[in-house]
Amino acid sequence: MCNFKLSGSLIKISKRSPAQNQMQIPSGYGVYPQNYSAPSGHCFQGPGKMTSLPLDDQRGDYYSGLYTVPTQNVVTPKTTNQQPGAQQIYGRVPPAPHNVGSTPEYFQGAASSASHLYTSASQPYSSPVNHYSGPAMYSANSSAVSQGFPSTCGHYAVSTVSNAVYPSVSYPSLPAGEPYGQQMFTSQNASTVRPVRDNSFSSQNTALSHPSPLPPPPSQQYHQQQSLSGYSTPSWSASGPPSTQDNLVRNHTGSLTPANNNPTNTGMQYGEYVNNQASSAPTPLSSTSDDEEEEEEDEEAGIDSSSTTSSASPLPNSYDALEGGGYPDMLSSSASSPAPDPAPEPDPIPAPVPTAPQPSKVAKPFGYGYPTLQPGYQNTAAPLHSGGQPCSPAYSGFQQYAQQYPGMNQLSSSLGGLSLQSSVQPESLRPVNLTQERNILPVTPILAPIPNLNLDLKKLNCSPDSFRCTLTNIPQTQALLTKAKLPLGLLLHPFRDLTQLPVITSNTIVRCRSCRTYINPFVSFIDQRRWKCNLCYRVNDVPEEFMYNPLTRSYGEPHKRPEVQNSTVEFIASSDYMLRPPQPAVYLFVLDVSHNAVEAGYLTILCQSLLENLDKLPGDSRTRIGFVTFDSTIHFYNLQEGLSQPQMLIVSDIDDVFLPTPDSLLVNLHESKELIKDLLNALPNMFTNTRETHSALGPALQAAFKLMSPTGGRVSVFQTQLPSLGAGLLQSREDPNQRSSTKVVQHLGPATDFYKKLALDCSGQQTAVDLFLLSSQYSDLSSLACMSKYSAGCIYYYPSFHSTHNPSQAEKLQKELKRYLTRKIGFEAVMRIRCTKGLSMHTFHGNFFVRSTDLLSLANINPDAGFAVQLSIEESLTDTSLVCFQTALLYTSSKGERRIRVHTLCLPVVSSLADVYAGVDVQAAICLLANMAVDRSISTSLSDARDALVNAVVDSLSAYSSTVSNLQHSVLIAPSSLKLFPLYVLALLKQKAFRTGTSTRLDDRVYAMCQIKCQPLVHLMKMIHPNLYRIDRLIDEGAIHVNDRVVPQPPLQKLSAEKLTREGAFLMDCGCVFYIWVGKSCDNNFIEDVLGCPNFASIPQKMTHLPELDTLSSERTRSFITWLRDSRPLSPVLHVVKDESPAKTEFFQHLIEDRTEAAFSYYEFLLHIQQQICK
Amino acid sequence: MEAVVFVFSLLDCCALIFLSVYFIITLSDLECDYINARSCCSKLNKWIIPELIGHTIVTLLMLVSLHWFIFLLNLPVATWNIYRFIMVPSGNMGVFDPTEIHNRGQLKSHMKEAMIKLGFHLLCFFMYLYSMILALIND
Repeated sequence: MCNFKLSGSLIKISKRSPAQNQMQIPSGYGVYPQNYSAPSGHCFQGPGKMTSLPLDDQRGDYYSGLYTVPTQNVVTPKTTNQQPGAQQIYGRVPPAPHNVGSTPEYFQGAASSASHLYTSASQPYSSPVNHYSGPAMYSANSSAVSQGFPSTCGHYAVSTVSNAVYPSVSYPSLPAGEPYGQQMFTSQNASTVRPVRDNSFSSQNTALSHPSPLPPPPSQQYHQQQSLSGYSTPSWSASGPPSTQDNLVRNHTGSLTPANNNPTNTGMQYGEYVNNQASSAPTPLSSTSDDEEEEEEDEEAGIDSSSTTSSASPLPNSYDALEGGGYPDMLSSSASSPAPDPAPEPDPIPAPVPTAPQPSKVAKPFGYGYPTLQPGYQNTAAPLHSGGQPCSPAYSGFQQYAQQYPGMNQLSSSLGGLSLQSSVQPESLRPVNLTQERNILPVTPILAPIPNLNLDLKKLNCSPDSFRCTLTNIPQTQALLTKAKLPLGLLLHPFRDLTQLPVITSNTIVRCRSCRTYINPFVSFIDQRRWKCNLCYRVNDVPEEFMYNPLTRSYGEPHKRPEVQNSTVEFIASSDYMLRPPQPAVYLFVLDVSHNAVEAGYLTILCQSLLENLDKLPGDSRTRIGFVTFDSTIHFYNLQEGLSQPQMLIVSDIDDVFLPTPDSLLVNLHESKELIKDLLNALPNMFTNTRETHSALGPALQAAFKLMSPTGGRVSVFQTQLPSLGAGLLQSREDPNQRSSTKVVQHLGPATDFYKKLALDCSGQQTAVDLFLLSSQYSDLSSLACMSKYSAGCIYYYPSFHSTHNPSQAEKLQKELKRYLTRKIGFEAVMRIRCTKGLSMHTFHGNFFVRSTDLLSLANINPDAGFAVQLSIEESLTDTSLVCFQTALLYTSSKGERRIRVHTLCLPVVSSLADVYAGVDVQAAICLLANMAVDRSISTSLSDARDALVNAVVDSLSAYSSTVSNLQHSVLIAPSSLKLFPLYVLALLKQKAFRTGTSTRLDDRVYAMCQIKCQPLVHLMKMIHPNLYRIDRLIDEGAIHVNDRVVPQPPLQKLSAEKLTREGAFLMDCGCVFYIWVGKSCDNNFIEDVLGCPNFASIPQKMTHLPELDTLSSERTRSFITWLRDSRPLSPVLHVVKDESPAKTEFFQHLIEDRTEAAFSYYEFLLHIQQQICK
Repeated sequence: MEAVVFVFSLLDCCALIFLSVYFIITLSDLECDYINARSCCSKLNKWIIPELIGHTIVTLLMLVSLHWFIFLLNLPVATWNIYRFIMVPSGNMGVFDPTEIHNRGQLKSHMKEAMIKLGFHLLCFFMYLYSMILALIND
């Protein structure tokens, strides 16, 4: 198959007739490019006009036709039979593996939350408790403040509090002469709604939820019992409107019967909707009697509170109704609706400390900010209103308790020094003495903190896997943020592979008319016809089409539309969102075939992978593919359908590259499949005897750009050495003697702007360049990476790659290629990030080109790309209690559909420093800091970046100890939310990207930096701080069940050699690689049963697979490793490392808590920080 | 002779003022998203060297003609211009880099710089005008 036509410079093939060529499409496109590149900023914005569909004559059609897609896609209640499935019902991500099927854990969470209640009750500041036990209550608190609700006497308060916690309704305790008595009543009435659910929950699982570490005070116990007995009644009210008791009762009694008998009683369900609707109806008149008696100013809030509540809780029902699901399901879903509350807690598995790690419990700020809220915005938060006045009394009530039961004061000793201004003492603020706490790392994986919002919003909020903020409590002013010395920013993973995603097709995509925000769960409906934007507060009209809800097939419920019920949705965009017809999927492979490349032998692996995955390449019938190879010349391949064999066309004029035949180099994948296969089979052997050592990468890229510019698409570049010819040639800049220098690391930035310019050109033509660098020597990745960085590509680096000498790298390439070729891809994408007025974004991290202040141009988007954004607070946020962030990613799917994926995140605003600290998401903060440090080391120097990292810890901890905690400076104190901060920063300092003193090749370092910039948070955290497990004694205790497999859950070990014993075997999960370290005197049973070797000595040096042995321990180990692998897109390579093998340094360099020649141990690092603080 | 020096300085200063205004307009266009970063930066980078040369000439002229005060006044700005030009990293496309201009508040600082320069050149303009008139009267 080597009989290609070779020619000196160029063959013009006369057979080609342009008319029948594939390039018909490109020529069609030819009209557009100029149009396209320049104004594409608008393409995202979409035109201002919204075409509303005439409803009158074709409604039937419209319902069935237009909405077939969404209904199919949106309804995802596969998991309704699961108890805690409420989350899944909403079409969100499936819960973290830990939660799957492990209901007891949820209950444990609930239990611990209950226990926390009492623990903190002992402290003088109990308001946080309220927050956390029921978001409903926090608003109550605020509303109380806003109306000057007099702080009430303790006795009365106590009873209301217990009411809230264990909602047995006991209004009688209301003081009669209370000026706001009536209102009080209302809110109490409403307050039953939320806690009741809790209650129904706890009573179902009495055994689990009751054991709290501290015995509840007698009166509360009494209530508890009472509530248990009255369980069934209130549990139904959960889905009903909050304020109408009559309605509730009717609802309840009516629906109880079908619940038992008739699984598909839709009639009853509609009945309930009617009720809901009635209560949520927009006009003040239709609000309930309680509302009517409220003061005028509160009316709006009251109304909306009911509407929002009803929109939140009956949703599972509506999905069920559509699916034709039974009532039992409905029961379970409504009963389990509180499940998400305990579920997302950071620590669902019982932790040693019996306190619930709910993040921030803020009392004052909400109440504080409330009265000045703009009316419409208030509404969003208004369900809280219904939540119950009792909260404010609760405060004093608990205070009393604190005095009455000093014995309960479990934490008082450690809290002694807390200043009074911190009105909060949640778990996340528990002071931790870092130098004394030996086991700082929790035994279970660290989960993202949940923003302290009310339950409804919490349930609707965006998954932390897609969207995280470094501070889950946004400080009110820039001054407060500066005082806290913490980075504020967002971490995004917008195109993540989702298992469930509501896809919405509708003619009008409802957006704010001034700021173009997409409608989202956090907007407020002023009445049925108008909604208020939550970002710019503009009041917009609800279009006619939006009034119809495809899920319930009912009319007039805009707040129940999937857009308003899911914070992650995908719209199928109309032609308004296109500047040209959606492009086809176009893939171009640019391959280095110089002597070096042939020697490394990557071509075999690549061609094999391509052959295997040719049919799995994402695309449709228009998919096109092309190949370019280069050494000192550039070779094109004519794959035009009809040829008997591929034709190679050689262009040797690399100074002025041109395309030999512009229209048959990129060919339709399906039409020319045979030719492509021929070429792929022939390629690995075509250049075996080449003596060409030069590499003309620059000209090859220019050719690729010319080839791709009519359509756009993806260019995959495989390079194995420094480019040495033509434009963009590079010189070796690395001095090997400087690799372990502790002083200056030079050449972190690019040497030339050629690749950057090329990337920007590509980006303008919607082409992304992905770089695979497989080199054994220095190849100046810092310059080469620019081609991917600014064209939104991705970078893969395989140091010392050789297909036979280095099999683990070869396996890695194989696996990564498989993922790379088959993963989802979005073309001609743009991403816009919007945030509430007052916040502004100033720096972006990731691979893209920032086209305007908030618009990122992404030629391609892939599911493994992460982004980070730094925020600043421009205007004070005093007049709002919530801020929202929205990312909208507009892309063309590989099937040629224009789609918009929208994520919305909602966070509370706080005014006190303690609350800011309480809400820190330490993992997000670390990832953002890492990104900033990369920027710093490129723009100034590495040592500067390292200093900045250390200063970040020093500043934040000293700011904390000087402002929030008044403990002495002689001890190093961190709030519990920040306790891992020093550890992670130390891990960063020992990361390849930032380490000094240890020999690090420049390319390795630059690659680590590239990864920090473009990896999503989950992957990045594993890279920074790997997980270590002991696996020689896996037991089934605490194991979880996934797909009928038992997956053991060994505890996390800290990354220190002191945890390694010679008798054990340990698994280290570094994200993209697994190490199994086997100790010298490891149990022979383990070696035999799991590794399949008779003894330690016979374990091979390079072992990358575990044998499938039929033993229990082997099965456990393999199921654990498989489970770890399944949780990430890329299957990591496994290395078995013997204690004595030379490869163990690879393993030991990840033990970051240990001392190395060049770096501190963890303890030394803490002492260093302490010193710095005391200075 | 002195009058000629100041007439030349005045013209040069006018050009620099226009250049500053052009910088401000282009940057604010970028701020308002009327042009994209790529074209904005390539437009501005073109004028970096003319600006540098223009300002250095005036500064040197003042030195040669022994106007110490005006020379010292111009010196910091001229130094800054040269420093900024020299310190551009090798991978950047010029003083204004489209990939970085939206990051770390660079746009704002560029804007601020252009404003300050405008103010400075205006001040110089009147100074040259005054000196020129003085020189003409003395002649």
